[in-house]
Amino acid sequence: MTALLETRDLAMRFGGLTAVEKFCCSIEKGELFGLIGPNGAGKTTVFNMLTGVYKPSEGEIVLDGTPTTGLAPADISARGVSRTFQNIRLFDELSVLENVMAGAHQHAKINLLDALLRTGRYRREEESQREQAMRLLDFVGLGDRAGLPARALAYGHRRKLEIARALATQPRLLCLDEPGAGMNHAEKLELSALIRRIRDELGITILLIEHDMKLVMGLCERIQVLDHGQTICCGAPAEVQCNDAVIEAYLGAGESGRKKTADH
Amino acid sequence: MLRTLGILALICAAAFGLHLVLDSIDAYWARIANLCGISILLAVSLNVINGLCGQFSLGHAGFMAIGAYVSAFFTTTLRYFDDAAGQYVTVLPLLDQSWGFVPALLLGGFAAAAAGLVIGIPTLRLRGDYLAIATLGFGEIVTIMITNFSKVGGANGLSGIPAYSNGFWIFTFAGICVLFTLHLQRSTFGRALIAIRENELAAEVMGIRTARIKIAAFVYGAFFAGIAGGLLGHFLQTISPATFGFMKSIEVIVMLVLGGLGSLTGAIIGAVTLTVLPELLRDVETSTGMPGIRMVVYSLVLILLMLFRPQGIFGQRELSLRLLRSLLPGRRKEGAPSAPAAFTAQQSVEAKTFFARAPQTLPPQNEGKK
Ligand SMILES: Nc1ncnc2c1ncn2[C@@H]1O[C@H](COP(=O)(O)OP(=O)(O)OP(=O)(O)O)[C@@H](O)[C@H]1O
Ligand SMILES: [Mg+2]
Repeated sequence: MTALLETRDLAMRFGGLTAVEKFCCSIEKGELFGLIGPNGAGKTTVFNMLTGVYKPSEGEIVLDGTPTTGLAPADISARGVSRTFQNIRLFDELSVLENVMAGAHQHAKINLLDALLRTGRYRREEESQREQAMRLLDFVGLGDRAGLPARALAYGHRRKLEIARALATQPRLLCLDEPGAGMNHAEKLELSALIRRIRDELGITILLIEHDMKLVMGLCERIQVLDHGQTICCGAPAEVQCNDAVIEAYLGAGESGRKKTADH
Repeated sequence: MLRTLGILALICAAAFGLHLVLDSIDAYWARIANLCGISILLAVSLNVINGLCGQFSLGHAGFMAIGAYVSAFFTTTLRYFDDAAGQYVTVLPLLDQSWGFVPALLLGGFAAAAAGLVIGIPTLRLRGDYLAIATLGFGEIVTIMITNFSKVGGANGLSGIPAYSNGFWIFTFAGICVLFTLHLQRSTFGRALIAIRENELAAEVMGIRTARIKIAAFVYGAFFAGIAGGLLGHFLQTISPATFGFMKSIEVIVMLVLGGLGSLTGAIIGAVTLTVLPELLRDVETSTGMPGIRMVVYSLVLILLMLFRPQGIFGQRELSLRLLRSLLPGRRKEGAPSAPAAFTAQQSVEAKTFFARAPQTLPPQNEGKK
């Protein structure tokens, strides 16, 4: 197996605050990889570095052998990394279908003149974009809502639409930032099945941030745990569950102070 | 493609029909109708920048001015005092006769588009109010430069422009602009424009080259504003820097806001309303002897909008597009379903209980191992 994504000593500092430090990971092609950690651990910051939203203060990101460190988000998207957002960022005034089509914009093989004159090429492209978007909506289970404006969707559906839009960019690596947040139990089960189908049927490697431990543990093959920007553990779900540092990070957080600091 | 060409032919035919009608009716109303056509061009083109792409531009009059002066430069006999030679110099029009009108117009359009490109690039880093101020500055710079450029009349303006504009040309170009903008709006580029307006970060992460698209929006809008300027110049026959002042840009924005920012039909309706209304009010101006009542009307429109939308156009905050957009019917966000506020904390609790429950496999005192 070859690594699709490798990061070496990534660090992200905001002024004096170090959000992430020495972040190393290696995600295999076709893997379902989990990234967990208590609130404020730096998980979203890692996603922001991977997708070009933040320029890492230090370190290197290598996607399938080529470095992508510091590239613009659109360039990284073109290389096959897509994501969803923890705080949903849909194009509210576009329809559900148009949101997905907007995700496919970068693959449209037409120029402005084609669009203005509505050439045959434009019509074919538009038609295929529409079909593809419809397929993706059916895939995530939003086919019957294609015509609604995105803002009219229920919360769980908005999360699914974000996934469909990200899939429309034709990613090799899909980063999901708490896709189950705000979903009820039934929706989470559905989501879990959907994520598995994205990997199994579409062959897309998945990097998943999720607070719902059952969901992560049941889904991911490997999990990396962050706490205060540091990697404290990486391994199979069973290992992670039993890891002292992990348990401490989760149980210690917010309680009578951290044992670790008390020890030193 | 063929269908588009067919529609273009129809537009020309319709414009010609309209031209004949306008020729036969009262000159006063014909004039207003023609000005409506020019306003439609302005509003529809600005709507691409402000309404679709969400970039608040206050520089539309600047693009108009460039189009007007460049096209007039090519069709007008210019006479100016050359200091070096110490005498009056006459420049004969390069694009003589009415056949030269369309090439001159297009040159004006391209010059404005080039300005759109130039202004588009540095404004990429600016958002919201800052962009508005920068584009406002651009408009002012254009008028100041023209004022100091004696070859085109400086502050006195340029007169004696041949009256080449007529109903046919005005409505042909207005029709082309509306058709192209409709096509643009419904294409993948239109979705990209709206995506940038709705959520620029998400658009960029989804692979939309936001910088390129924003510049394209400026260039596209500027081109048709330039055409509109050229048409206006050859319609009024006299232009001066004052014709294209800051208020002209505001006028076009008020058209958009009135009709519905981001809506093509809204832009057209707004353009027609705010062209006809002040012209009608000219009567009031003369009968009441109150010149400048038009400005009062614009202010009134704004005030009424604010009264009916208590959020206000310039709101508690600033001159922001989202605010403007939220004023318009059907555009108010219907309380997008949001996550329960405390849900992340909740999730953490869930994680805690998970770890608290899971470790049957753990030694009872895991801290003790240290
Ligand atoms: N743009 C920023 N400027 C300053 N600080 C930031 C910025 N982005 C993140 N941080 C800080 O970095 C730390 C990590 O934040 P991050 O959002 O990555 O956490 P997270 O693991 O995703 O948490 P959560 O589970 O709550 O989503 C936090 O302390 C946060 O305040
Ligand atoms: Mg986060």
